[in-house]
Amino acid sequence: MTTAVPTPLRDIAKVVRSKNAGPFEITLDIIFKSKEDYEAVRKSGVITKELVSELYNVPTQAIITFGFFDLVNAVKITLPRPRTQGGVGETDMHAAQQHVPLQEIRIPWPAS
Amino acid sequence: MPASSNDEIRILTPSGMLGYGFPIDHFKLGLAQKPHAITIDSGSTDSGPQKLGLGEMTCSREAYLKDLEVLLEAQNEARVPLLISSAGGDGSNLHVDAFRDMIADIAHQRGWRFKLARIYADIDKDHIRRELRAGRVEPLGPVPPLDPAEIEAATVVVAQMGAEPFLKALDESEGVDVIVSGRAYDPSPTAAMAIRAGFDPALAWHMGKIMECGALCAEPVGRCVIGYLRRDHFEIEPLNPAERCTTASVAAHTLYEKTHPFLLAGPGGTLDLSNCKYEQVTDRRVRVSGSRFDPGRRYTVKLEGAKTAGWRSIFIAGARDPIFIDQIDSILDKVIAGARAYFSEVPEETYRIIPHIYGKNGVMGDLEPVKVPAHELCIIVEVAAATQALATAICGKLRTSLMHAPYPGRIATAGNLASPFTPLEIPLGQACEFNVYHLMTVDSPTALFPIKYEELA
Repeated sequence: MTTAVPTPLRDIAKVVRSKNAGPFEITLDIIFKSKEDYEAVRKSGVITKELVSELYNVPTQAIITFGFFDLVNAVKITLPRPRTQGGVGETDMHAAQQHVPLQEIRIPWPAS
Repeated sequence: MPASSNDEIRILTPSGMLGYGFPIDHFKLGLAQKPHAITIDSGSTDSGPQKLGLGEMTCSREAYLKDLEVLLEAQNEARVPLLISSAGGDGSNLHVDAFRDMIADIAHQRGWRFKLARIYADIDKDHIRRELRAGRVEPLGPVPPLDPAEIEAATVVVAQMGAEPFLKALDESEGVDVIVSGRAYDPSPTAAMAIRAGFDPALAWHMGKIMECGALCAEPVGRCVIGYLRRDHFEIEPLNPAERCTTASVAAHTLYEKTHPFLLAGPGGTLDLSNCKYEQVTDRRVRVSGSRFDPGRRYTVKLEGAKTAGWRSIFIAGARDPIFIDQIDSILDKVIAGARAYFSEVPEETYRIIPHIYGKNGVMGDLEPVKVPAHELCIIVEVAAATQALATAICGKLRTSLMHAPYPGRIATAGNLASPFTPLEIPLGQACEFNVYHLMTVDSPTALFPIKYEELA
């Protein structure tokens, strides 16, 4: 039996991405290669609203969508945008590079 | 045009965005399938508020002309309706007319004739004010309630139309060739064609939702896509033979840029995909069934508007000296405080200074988990002020101060910055900001979207 080691999510998931969902929201998708990987990550209990709250400095009650969606083997998280898209002070017009804190989280892997 | 049989309607979408270009050979493979309509969207808020705020278009006129010519040629040969939505990106009246003029130019040059319908989507501000007072305008998501002052400040406010205005245009003008619409819910043109032919609106909206992005639902992602809508399912296939739709790629597509993976709110109701079934029909084609559409209690449309928000200038500079880089935060704080003191006659709340430090936290700001800066930095300082001249003046003061700022341990006493470009301060023009993003209840799905018909030759 292989010993589980803390493994970055980017080495497990097929897709970890962020993007605007309209000018006032940012949405993060984690899509897995297989049902098995998806279930294993879900069971690890690492990905929680509390974790998202900490990574993105958003109160848990402000999280718009957080869920594991079996039909697509994916986690979807939608948050209020830290600032309105494209205004003064914008750093990421499309919010396309805000996924990195999420892809760096560690999951004990392989799951037993 | 091929009659849409009772059993199937075929829709061809060459690309997820008019003006981005698409492979003509793949488009022709789609035409060979004898589609009943060609639909293409050109709208998005994704590239920013400057379209609504300043009347800019997403792509250049040259890029639109290039795509339009291919589409109009296909329309002229196949005589199937060509439906173009959200003209210019924002779908304002200005850009509907700009598209109309481009189509007229092409028709004139090539000797083609088109019956054209224009559907407008600018919403009268007095109407919005009245509806706001009547309690029929509400924020959409994490947006403040609409302030009447913001309606006034918005350059233009558009609403996303549903399928109904397209249905009206198709019905009123027997044999319309081309429809150019203002702001529309992206799937509306495809949904309208299918609903008009009597197919299940839930499947029509779902197929439209997938196709509005072109072949983004394929692996690898592509441009041209064709949809076959039948009585109790639809099938979707990319036209590039090197791409394939898989059950996973099609099911996962609805995650993209959406708040929720299965509940997609649009004009007139919510598409519910939580019980959908995805089946692999061939290597490259997927069948979808089980979509549901729940009409809302009220018919709402999404309002979108943006205002101008001052003038911006920036400077861009590199830094390589590790002694400087180690102290960048404290040096910048002092430089900004100095510039504010120097411009003491300008009220502080009327201008903003925002440093973007690439190599440190330029992309993620305070959320950046990595705290150690890189060996070199790109420093961009953004200044927003009431006029371009003032923004540039403040920017210049900041740049020269940062260039020559003393700091503890400094041994490079000739200058702190490596400047790549002239002008050293770059005027960016007017900044814009989305300020209307609200749902408005309407009594009629078509009344706010007037249609104009004409013959182009």
